[in-house]
Amino acid sequence: MDDRSKYLRRLVIDALEGGGRGHIGSSMSLVEILRVLYDDVLDVRPDDPRWPDRDRCILSKGHGCLTWYAVLADKGFFPKEELLRQCRAGAMLGGHPERAHIPGVEASTGSLGHGLSIGTGMAIAARMQKRPSRVFVITGDGELDEGSVWEAAMHAGKHRLENLVALVDYNKLQSYGPVKEVLDLEPLADKWRAFGWGVKEVDGHDVDALRAQLSTLPFEAGKPSVLICHTVKGKGFDFAEHQATWHHKARVEAPDVARMREALERA
Amino acid sequence: MRQVAVNMVETLARQDDRVVFIGSDLGPGLLKNMKADMPDRFFMEGVAEQHIIGMAAGMAMEGYIPYINTIATFLTRRCFDQIAIDVCLENLPVRLIASGGGLVYAPLGPTHLAFEDMGLLRTLPNMAIAAPVDAPEMERLMRASLDWKGPLYIRLAKGGDPVVSRAEAGFAIGKAIAMRQGGDVTLIGTGIMTGRALAAAEQLETQGISASVLHMHTVKPLDDAAVLEAAAGTGLIVTVEEHTRIGGLGSAVAELLAETDGAPRLLRLALPDAFPEGYGSQDNLLSLAGLTVDGITGAVTKALEGRK
Repeated sequence: MDDRSKYLRRLVIDALEGGGRGHIGSSMSLVEILRVLYDDVLDVRPDDPRWPDRDRCILSKGHGCLTWYAVLADKGFFPKEELLRQCRAGAMLGGHPERAHIPGVEASTGSLGHGLSIGTGMAIAARMQKRPSRVFVITGDGELDEGSVWEAAMHAGKHRLENLVALVDYNKLQSYGPVKEVLDLEPLADKWRAFGWGVKEVDGHDVDALRAQLSTLPFEAGKPSVLICHTVKGKGFDFAEHQATWHHKARVEAPDVARMREALERA
Repeated sequence: MRQVAVNMVETLARQDDRVVFIGSDLGPGLLKNMKADMPDRFFMEGVAEQHIIGMAAGMAMEGYIPYINTIATFLTRRCFDQIAIDVCLENLPVRLIASGGGLVYAPLGPTHLAFEDMGLLRTLPNMAIAAPVDAPEMERLMRASLDWKGPLYIRLAKGGDPVVSRAEAGFAIGKAIAMRQGGDVTLIGTGIMTGRALAAAEQLETQGISASVLHMHTVKPLDDAAVLEAAAGTGLIVTVEEHTRIGGLGSAVAELLAETDGAPRLLRLALPDAFPEGYGSQDNLLSLAGLTVDGITGAVTKALEGRK
């Protein structure tokens, strides 16, 4: 794992330490996806977060927000000190992202299955207004259990939304256990294809591969694009990887923080 | 009333290019002129109500004013989470035009009866809820809706409802309309029930009882001042609504009066706390609940007798 991926994970650990709680596994699987988006793909202006021509990013799996907060703070959307107060009284950052309070957050998410519909509305609006904006929506894999996601997928296909990109954080683990056992998504790529999307798959922790794939948007002319990112829940903390028990911790204490910091150095 | 509401979307769309129409899977040919003239602002997206709410929210965030039309129950019960989070939390100008409010779809049974729609949506911050009494008032509401800042739920009646509204009374969202003055009792109605309240007031007059009638076309925000003024002027307030007695107009008025010193007695005429049973017509089901002109008159008379 390179320095930048470790650095962003350290910011997440700082936030976990400061807030004393958070979704750990589902934040760690996202780091490289969000990193590549904000470092290499999205056209956004931290000093003018509502610039009309910006690309929109929606974290539909809102519980992965600690990583989003870390990346947004690192990019200068808001001071890094905010990370240390997340979920505390009077904080700007809560356990799920809220559009009204956080610069750079385009939709309030956490209730699963909403983001792709909002994203299709934004993508249609951008096309109507002839703006160059693209809309990126990051969904979880467990989130794909929600029927509303597939309503939106069908709809984006119908409207041939070339400016819409979905990224699936496919870490194979949902709250209760393996996705395969709780509600199997396979064949996942075929499902999206059948709904009219251009589909690619990638190792969601391989920064170069993510960059390469996202430099070829749209994946197919006249279709929305979905990048299925194969990821590892808890990535970077060896004791937490693939462990459903690390999906969310309501109490993160000093020994947990120390363990995470040590594990990150080994990664 | 529905035709007026839908046609007004087209009228508003012609005067303001922020207006878009989103339907689920409505009758063939609906708004065909709008579709022909403004194809990029006409959307018919299938039986995917949850998605449509999110889509509308996304468009509203980008400056559009989406008018959504589908069946009331699917808008409210099915999409409650999307309405709460995508629309109300962001206070977006999304308009929900709900077909078949109340008991309009009586022949279709409880799956299609929107008897708790106002109660559901009234709990959501930022949501405004309106139920016009007739088609001309629907037109006035639709004109007023264009500049309403937040979300708005518009309850449609059956259509062909008797016209009792008057243009000269004016119209503003959130402002009740005094339709009749009297000193013994104040009847407060919403939607088509205001028409029945007026007829009941006429009938009461023949019995020597003088009734005020207040038309509360907007149930939220409630016109507190109008209710309190009526409360000060009469000894009995009677709400009349095509809604379960929990959560609708009667509840809104009760909540207000409960916090008002020396408030008059309140009688809530509404549907019972039960899934409406039986089929037939809207009138049949309203009759079963006593929500007829005679039923209202009788209830008021009885309540006044009880006071003597």
